[in-house]
Amino acid sequence: MSDKADVLQGTLALMVLKTLEGLGPLHGYGIARRIEQTSGDLLSVNYGTLYPALLKLEQEGSIVSEWGVSENNRKAKFYKLTRAGRKQLEKETRDWEQTAAILARFLSA
Amino acid sequence: MRALRTWISKLAGLWTSAWRERELAEEIEANLQLHVDDNVRRGMSAEEARRNAVMRLGGVEPTKQIYRETRTLPFVENTIQDFRFAVRQLRKNPGFTATATFILGLGICASVAIFGFVDAALIKPLPYSNPDRLVGVFERIEWCHLCNISYPDYVDWKKLNKSFGSFDVYQHTGMMLTTASGAEAAKGTRVTDGFFRTLGVTPVLGRDFFPGEDQPAAPRAVLLSYSGWQKRYGGERGVLGQTVTLNGEANVIIGVLPREFHFAPAEPTDFWTAFHASGECDERRSCHDLYGVARLKDGVSIETALADVKLIAQQLEAQYPQTNRGQGASLEPLKHGIAGNIRPILMLLMAGAGLLLLIATVNVASLLLVRSENRRKEISVRSALGASSGRLASQFVTEGLVLVAAGSAAGLTAASWAMKLLLALIPADMLEGMPYLRDLGFNPRILVFSFVLAALAAVLFSVTPALHFALSKTGEGIAEGSRGSSGKGWSRVGSKLVVVELAMAMVLLVGAGLLGKSLYRLLRVDIGILTDHLVTMELGAPRAYEKPEKAIALERLVLNQIESLPGVRSVGIATDIPVSHWGNTTWIRVLGRPWNGEHLEMPERDVSAGYFRTLGAKLARGRFFEESEDASKPHVAIVNQAFAKQYFPGEDPIGKQLSYISTPPVPIDIIGILEDIKEGPLDTDNRSTLYVPFNQSPGNYFNIVVRISQAEQPLIPALAATIRQIDFGIVTSPGETMTGRMNDSYSAYLHRSAAWLVGGFAVLALLLGVVGLYGVVAYSVSQRTREIGIRMALGAQPGSVYGLILKEAGWLTAAGVGIGLVCSIGAATLMKALLFGVRSWDVETLLCVGAMLGVCALLGSYIPARRAASVNPVEALHTE
Repeated sequence: MSDKADVLQGTLALMVLKTLEGLGPLHGYGIARRIEQTSGDLLSVNYGTLYPALLKLEQEGSIVSEWGVSENNRKAKFYKLTRAGRKQLEKETRDWEQTAAILARFLSA
Repeated sequence: MRALRTWISKLAGLWTSAWRERELAEEIEANLQLHVDDNVRRGMSAEEARRNAVMRLGGVEPTKQIYRETRTLPFVENTIQDFRFAVRQLRKNPGFTATATFILGLGICASVAIFGFVDAALIKPLPYSNPDRLVGVFERIEWCHLCNISYPDYVDWKKLNKSFGSFDVYQHTGMMLTTASGAEAAKGTRVTDGFFRTLGVTPVLGRDFFPGEDQPAAPRAVLLSYSGWQKRYGGERGVLGQTVTLNGEANVIIGVLPREFHFAPAEPTDFWTAFHASGECDERRSCHDLYGVARLKDGVSIETALADVKLIAQQLEAQYPQTNRGQGASLEPLKHGIAGNIRPILMLLMAGAGLLLLIATVNVASLLLVRSENRRKEISVRSALGASSGRLASQFVTEGLVLVAAGSAAGLTAASWAMKLLLALIPADMLEGMPYLRDLGFNPRILVFSFVLAALAAVLFSVTPALHFALSKTGEGIAEGSRGSSGKGWSRVGSKLVVVELAMAMVLLVGAGLLGKSLYRLLRVDIGILTDHLVTMELGAPRAYEKPEKAIALERLVLNQIESLPGVRSVGIATDIPVSHWGNTTWIRVLGRPWNGEHLEMPERDVSAGYFRTLGAKLARGRFFEESEDASKPHVAIVNQAFAKQYFPGEDPIGKQLSYISTPPVPIDIIGILEDIKEGPLDTDNRSTLYVPFNQSPGNYFNIVVRISQAEQPLIPALAATIRQIDFGIVTSPGETMTGRMNDSYSAYLHRSAAWLVGGFAVLALLLGVVGLYGVVAYSVSQRTREIGIRMALGAQPGSVYGLILKEAGWLTAAGVGIGLVCSIGAATLMKALLFGVRSWDVETLLCVGAMLGVCALLGSYIPARRAASVNPVEALHTE
């Protein structure tokens, strides 16, 4: 596992939001797995940062949580994107793209 | 917006902590299950699947902690936790908590209660507009710097000055009120028309005096004080326009002053009358009977104004040398005149209460130290388990705060009672002269003061134990099993604290001792008369008795009637009686000496022939007056020894002649020398005094003194009834015994209240100091049980164990008494003005107090010493 990078700080929230946008309501484990899969298993999601990140997004009103039943009949807490969350995602995506573009230009110069 | 939402959500998190905690645990568990399921699906065995999932999850506790901190406001959460913990800790230890709260409450109560009085008298703004611009205006002579001004001088000063925006005078005086049932004595004040405008006070009902309404030609008008209105008229609004007869003149009531208005130099006053200059005194430039109050013009300093009035006084001196020689001027801020006289005693009491609070705080701080010492192990464990030093310190701060909050609450509650109690202890007639104490009670200033005290105590209480631990390494706590060097460490700090306590207690005890001795000396000061079995009463007859022959006839009738009362041995009259004041002065000169218009000023007393015999005053030489000596006989006078010493050093005054300042001079023969009588307050020095026969200087106001052979009190109503029978128009004062007069006199009262209050503080301080010492010694004994056990096992006798413990206590006491001694002499020097007949380094008091403190301290340490000596060596060694 040592070759896997931890999620860059500040980007986890964006990844969570994007995941929820793409897959709809999802529980914490699913979100973590999805992020790891999307990264081609290059990233490892630390639960110590995932739960506080989810809580923070919930406190900000970007997501809401609800207890439900998983596909294999397990009780789980599902997170769902809100309208404020969607707006937040758009804004953060724009910000990130801009940052990435600037950084890319720097690195290629 | 999002930040706000987050904050609100975090705040809400404070109340839902238990539920959220459970939910997080469930969520983690659920996700773990999902992970396990996943792993199983991928082909792992059940056991391996779980192991892998748990490993991937990582440490659950740190996750929970980060989650918690995100969920709520960690600082608030911690504080609440600390607070709960502190309350629990304090509850677990009710003895400690009750003691600490009580001691702290006691200190805060004393300080806040005394501060209440200080605030009411000295800090609270006066009920006038812009009170800082007001000054008291006085004439000044050599031995009286704040003296009365005469009406003609006032008129000139008012006209000539350039510094005062306005300038008015007042005269607080007894008035005769005519009622349906005869005459009644009432308290009133004559004021010039602008008096209330100068102060910036407007009546709540009716109107103020018109300019010019104080002139003789204007109809007489009177304003009622609020309390007078309530008392005499039941607060009726219909009083406006009614007339009231004062001193035989009808006055129209034109208004009522506000409830909050007071003017201490002229209290109590029911009737404020417009001045109406009339009569001999108001017209005579040398008749000084008024006090002035002025408002400084904008931008004019009191120094500039003083230079201005001094110049005017000089002009008048040049212009009227006969009457104004030696008459200077002085000014002082009006607020000094309002409550200035009780300022020294209030400062003394505040200092005393402050010291008591200091001792109380130190005492509680040392209790806290013992406690923190006993918790050394707990702290070490918590620190080893990862509690940061900040987190540990915040625990102590919280405990200190909780303790201070409890102590302050107790102290403030007690203070509100103490203020009422102290107020109730002030005699009613004394209180009437201190109107600023009327609304004594809690106000924002007192609350701020209490808050500052509480904050200081809180800082001390939280810093002491925290600092204590910061200085010592927490690791030692576990290693040494809360014994050994740690105990010594506490003893070092604790013993320093107890020395402070003992020293401060010594200061208070010496203060109380000196004040008590002053009071003793004051009440036993030789006033030159026999004070027991002597009753006095003041009498005022209507204007008709101003005529000399009528006044003399009244005097004779009064003397005859009273002499025939049962038990009366003799009776006399005088214009003023002993233990009153050195005022009512006259100007004289010695005939037969070169004279350039200068005068000697001294109190004059007009007395009946039997007055001195009734008082039991002693004649040094010569003879007393005779009843037959009236205006038809040569003028005669008796002088006191102070007079003889001052004006006839090395000469025999008898046979010499004096004269009032008149042209041509009228000779007065000196016929006797009297041993000094204390005409003024008990704590003043005797002054030269002139006595002349009443029959040669009769008047319609005088005091009666009666020597009786039986109980004093029953005579008082009989006196009043006898006088009233002579004429219903005559008013009398309530009457009192001479010993009562001395005991209740202002100076005796001040000394007594100071002695009692400081004495009370001192007793409490002694108690706290000794208890503090007991605590130190007892703790040291408990720490040294093992050592003592070994010593005894090796053959030490109980006597030497006593010696061991008492030596320690003895050193602490000696240090406390030594430091206390130095501090007390310093403190006593500061309160010199309040001492009477005692030096500030009174050896007797210092020795007594030192010995008393030493004995009490040794008694306090005897108990733990006995415990030490009775240690069973075997048990002591086993328990360790």
